Amino acid sequence: MHPLRKQRLQLVILLVVSAALVIGLVVYMLRENGNFFYTPAQIVSGEAPKSTFLRAGGMVVDGSVMRSDDSLWVQFKITDGAEMLTVEHTGILPDLFAEGEAAIASGKVDENLVLQATQILAKHDEKYTPPEVADAMNAAYKAKQEDKKEQGGSYK
Amino acid sequence: MSWLSDKFSSTLSGGPSKESPSWQWFYRLGSPRWFYQRSGQWLPWLSLVALLVLATGLVWGLAFAPEDAKQGNSFRIIYIHVPAAFLAQSGYFIMAIAGAIGLIWKMKMSYMVMKAAAPIGAVLTFIALFTGAVWGKPTWGAYWVWDARITSMLILLFLYAGVMALQYAYHSVDAASRASAILALVGTVNIPIINKSVDWWYTLHQPATIKLTSAPSMHMDMFMPLLVMIVGFYLFYAVALILHTRNEILRRERKTSWVRELVTAKAGG
Repeated sequence: MHPLRKQRLQLVILLVVSAALVIGLVVYMLRENGNFFYTPAQIVSGEAPKSTFLRAGGMVVDGSVMRSDDSLWVQFKITDGAEMLTVEHTGILPDLFAEGEAAIASGKVDENLVLQATQILAKHDEKYTPPEVADAMNAAYKAKQEDKKEQGGSYK
Repeated sequence: MSWLSDKFSSTLSGGPSKESPSWQWFYRLGSPRWFYQRSGQWLPWLSLVALLVLATGLVWGLAFAPEDAKQGNSFRIIYIHVPAAFLAQSGYFIMAIAGAIGLIWKMKMSYMVMKAAAPIGAVLTFIALFTGAVWGKPTWGAYWVWDARITSMLILLFLYAGVMALQYAYHSVDAASRASAILALVGTVNIPIINKSVDWWYTLHQPATIKLTSAPSMHMDMFMPLLVMIVGFYLFYAVALILHTRNEILRRERKTSWVRELVTAKAGG
């Protein structure tokens, strides 16, 4: 390689490396602030700021969804596996909102550690399955659960 | 930035003749005339293949692939969204590498490819953002959220726009090319950020479905058409890039004898 071109190549590499370094530091500084939501554990432990607007994300706990008969009020719990957080919201929920699915609620946490949400978003996972396959998988899962229950019963 | 452009502009080094023969192919590729003539031969075939692959993927994905258990038919937007987002990022690398080659070897052809790549990449980025928004409303419940993935993708759109704007910010083609190349190179840092954003931060956007290291988390009947669409988008990108580059060649070489001959031959025939 011609020495002049080599010098220019080194300059180009220097340019990219220094840009990566600068932006890398910015990204490192952002760490927590780059998160779109807090987990229930972070909110319950007090790591998340109180009485300011925030988002909480987690899986909607099975059987926790309660709806009002005469309004759009809804209450449910979300969990990250470690802690649970109660969410209250008045409004329309997205189509993909369901028990056992991930959701993100935005609003303020009140003094009773209940998130008064102004918006609910459903979070979709990266898995895609045709309905027949999903049904088959669910059926297999249920059969397994019932198997376990029967086994558990026989010990008693 | 002036010290940089001074460095980069300092004296043109010796021509191709001083290099070893192994570099000859590289310099031939650098000849706009050679590229124009050769690409003219490839273009019809490449376009035909691209069209066939895209048509196959689209019909397969939109009509024959099974619907998703949770999302129903709205998931089918993935067949446009994911390939567009792939190419928006790959295209950025192509643009930045072309810019680097231009800076190092002072190759005009390379700068032309860089200029041609910017609007194509910008449109693909916009398509990825737009289809994402259309899908986001029914799925998430919002057209737009400021999470790390979506925001870094928006920055990519601005980077493309910046490169395009710099092309017109200078009177001298050389100065414009150098400035654009430097911006393109600095912006490459954003690509791994887009890629890793879903792993580094909690985002609303789901993590990658297609991974290099493991099987896709998608049923094969849905994944195969997606793969075809990605290949189709790569081919389409190649066609679009060649077309834009040929345009740029004609524009920049309009005063050379071979372009004049080409134009008079076309006009005469």
